Amino acid sequence: MTLERHTYDVLVIGAGGAGLRAAVEARESGLRVAIICKSLFGKAHTVMAEGGAAASMGNVNDKDSWMVHFRDTMRGGKFLSNFRMAELHAKEAPDRIWELETWGALFDRTKEGKISQRNFGGHEYPRLAHVGDRTGLELIRTMQQKIVQLQQKDGRETGDMESGIKVFAELTITDILKENGKISGAYGYWRESGEEVLFEAPAVVIATGGVGKTFKITSNSWEGTGDGHALALKAGANLVDMEFLQFHPTGMVWPPSVRGILVTESVRGEGGVLTNNLGERFMFKYIPDVFKDKYADNEAEADRWYVDQDNNRRPPELLPRDEVARAINTEVKSGRGTEHGGVFLDVSKRISADIIKKRLPSMWHQFYELAGVDITKEAMEVGPTCHYVMGGVEVEPDTAAAIGVPGLFAAGEVAGGMHGSNRLGGNSLTDLLVFGRRAGMGAVEYVKKNGANPVSEAATTAAANKIQAPFDREGGENSYSLHAELQEITHNLVGIIRTGSELKDAITKIAEIRKRSANVSVSGGRKFNPGFHLAFDLDNMLLVAESTAKSAINREESRGGHTRDDFPIMNEKWRQINNISSFDGNQVSIREQALPAIPKELFDLFDIHELEKYMTPEEIAKGGSN
Amino acid sequence: MARNIKLRIWRGDSTDGGLKDVVVEANEGEVVLDVIHRVQATQMGDLAVRWNCKAGKCGSCSMEINGKPRLACMTQVASFGEQETITVTPLRAFPIIKDLVTDVSFNYKKAMEIPAYEHPKELAPGEARMQQIDVERSQEFRKCIECFLCQDVCHVVRDHEENKKSFAGPRFFIRIAELDMHPLDMLKNRKKTAQEEHGLGMCNITKCCTEVCPEHIKITDNAIIPMKERVADIKYDPVRWLGTKIRKREGL
Repeated sequence: MTLERHTYDVLVIGAGGAGLRAAVEARESGLRVAIICKSLFGKAHTVMAEGGAAASMGNVNDKDSWMVHFRDTMRGGKFLSNFRMAELHAKEAPDRIWELETWGALFDRTKEGKISQRNFGGHEYPRLAHVGDRTGLELIRTMQQKIVQLQQKDGRETGDMESGIKVFAELTITDILKENGKISGAYGYWRESGEEVLFEAPAVVIATGGVGKTFKITSNSWEGTGDGHALALKAGANLVDMEFLQFHPTGMVWPPSVRGILVTESVRGEGGVLTNNLGERFMFKYIPDVFKDKYADNEAEADRWYVDQDNNRRPPELLPRDEVARAINTEVKSGRGTEHGGVFLDVSKRISADIIKKRLPSMWHQFYELAGVDITKEAMEVGPTCHYVMGGVEVEPDTAAAIGVPGLFAAGEVAGGMHGSNRLGGNSLTDLLVFGRRAGMGAVEYVKKNGANPVSEAATTAAANKIQAPFDREGGENSYSLHAELQEITHNLVGIIRTGSELKDAITKIAEIRKRSANVSVSGGRKFNPGFHLAFDLDNMLLVAESTAKSAINREESRGGHTRDDFPIMNEKWRQINNISSFDGNQVSIREQALPAIPKELFDLFDIHELEKYMTPEEIAKGGSN
Repeated sequence: MARNIKLRIWRGDSTDGGLKDVVVEANEGEVVLDVIHRVQATQMGDLAVRWNCKAGKCGSCSMEINGKPRLACMTQVASFGEQETITVTPLRAFPIIKDLVTDVSFNYKKAMEIPAYEHPKELAPGEARMQQIDVERSQEFRKCIECFLCQDVCHVVRDHEENKKSFAGPRFFIRIAELDMHPLDMLKNRKKTAQEEHGLGMCNITKCCTEVCPEHIKITDNAIIPMKERVADIKYDPVRWLGTKIRKREGL
């Protein structure tokens, strides 16, 4: 049988927000683009984003500006964010939102008819553009329809709607290919038929999202298997700070059918309070020193904030996600949790049923239909769920180019650096748009300079052999059970609270599973066979888990989405270090790399007393890098 | 608490297939997709089923459960009787690929045929001003998660393959209605092309689509009927018909 082959200028792996935005950019610059999507088109995990997209448009409070947004982002990431990425993001986010409106997006409005903006954890002003609580769906649909618009334009000009940009749905990429040290394409299989496909393209944009399926309790769908992280590692790129995982504080813990599913932070933004089994509103006990001047320490002030935000401090339920997740974890571990190991989140006592249904429509709908819980009448049971990975492919901020691999780009959740040790809610949707576009631009510039780079026969054969291998083995292990074992290990040993000895144990156990996974065999044929699909996903998850565990054992401090029981406090030495993962074909190794120094003009945006909480006296004295 | 339930699953491909009986454990509060996953992990490793979010937000796990088009993630096992056998089959209106997975590419082709949104040229990014009440009509249709249950249930195509060519289906009627009601969209004649090119006239408003919509979008009442009424007005009201002829008025 002859191999299916395609040739494009740019290959985008992933059809979520970042991938689609990159594809639009590359096509609008005149290049031919292929979009690879593991699911059907339009089903990407981006649709799950509920809260909104953070951009300092200042529509609700005109004191907002990119500087304030930048400060919030750096603060939320505990000053470990790549400053340049945070700066680009804060500066460009408003333009990216307004641009969506010119593509047909319909955001909720203010009284003046502008795009409405809502409050969210860690953001000083109301900043999240939103559409009820289905903002992610609006983003995906808008870009999906923008792509159709581009296809219709191509159709009018060439007679073939798919001549300039084509979506390959339900296709998995198993290898990124290189020739002469540069990207040449990618290899994969159709999920439907199991048949193999070769893509030749000098530029590849990885936009594959997250790694949640590595963990047992997660808000991620089956797609979140760290494919892009692993593909990039294997292609010679680096991952940065893979120890930082965001456990969203409020995933559902009961009933079991919805375990892990998110309760958006907007529930707290709209007035939802967290209580333990004693009925105590416990978050007041967990306000860290660095946030004491921004968050109310008593109920009366917290309640007043909902009506007067200028003269009151915010309720502590709106602390950054890592703080809330740790607080809930502590309450539950101290025996003050619900019978199912969570805490209560109640919005019914503060807001009327009508307003809840209006402001949080899909939340209400989802709970009512999936769980038989009416959130207008009763409390939800919530606890931390693995939600987002801050770590990811090390990129050059302005172009999203993966460091070390010419022709490779990464954007969105799969890229690292932007969110430091902890992402603020609402920053991911604008991250997708800002860096999706920049990755598209980077790829365009690269292709125009470098041109095609054909794939060799040897590379094709090697990739094909890898796909066939699990079918040729007999009596090997089952990928489902290995996956379940891996999830147990990560959940118990690399989860929300970590210690050195457990991490050491995890590293050994992950290596053992990796050894066994080399022997996975698959029953059934190639046609739409989930067991076969999981065999490849598992390989990716194992690399991600290894990178996470090894980064986690190296970082001897607690910061953002990385908490060490044996090193419980933040250490300013570690603020200056990124953990860089690389892969030699056998195992992941970690090296420490100095964080890029923050330039003076960005340094000067902060109050010096705030910086003193994070930086060494020497850094403060220097006052920025130039 | 956990109990065993009887599940009957359609297995096969475009050439051949049939219902297979299995007994599988179900826990309190679980949905049909949970038990299908358990079958997959323990008894049928190669059972094909589409799913993504398992939260009713992505519209991937569309199938027919006891003959009704539903999302498997939104159908609680407890909604069936204790002794009842739950039968799961693939969507009937689309060609079978394998087991519970069908070829839904028909819908993506139709999506490409609906003329895209046209933004007013003079309106720069950030300048748009719209009232909430005006965007809400289109927002209702933009809630659509593209599960294609409405496309599956619609009798115009469910048993009439020959109609697919000229019929866009309920999902795309709400797409047209959404653009037609969009406060900024500049493209004219959307209702007219809905009628003439996308088969709006073939719908005889039995409301099956509205009944199966997991997002509770009032497809028939809020999108199809208003468009049909306007089309009828322009086409059959003699005064308005004359208006379009004499003043070249844009009627639709």
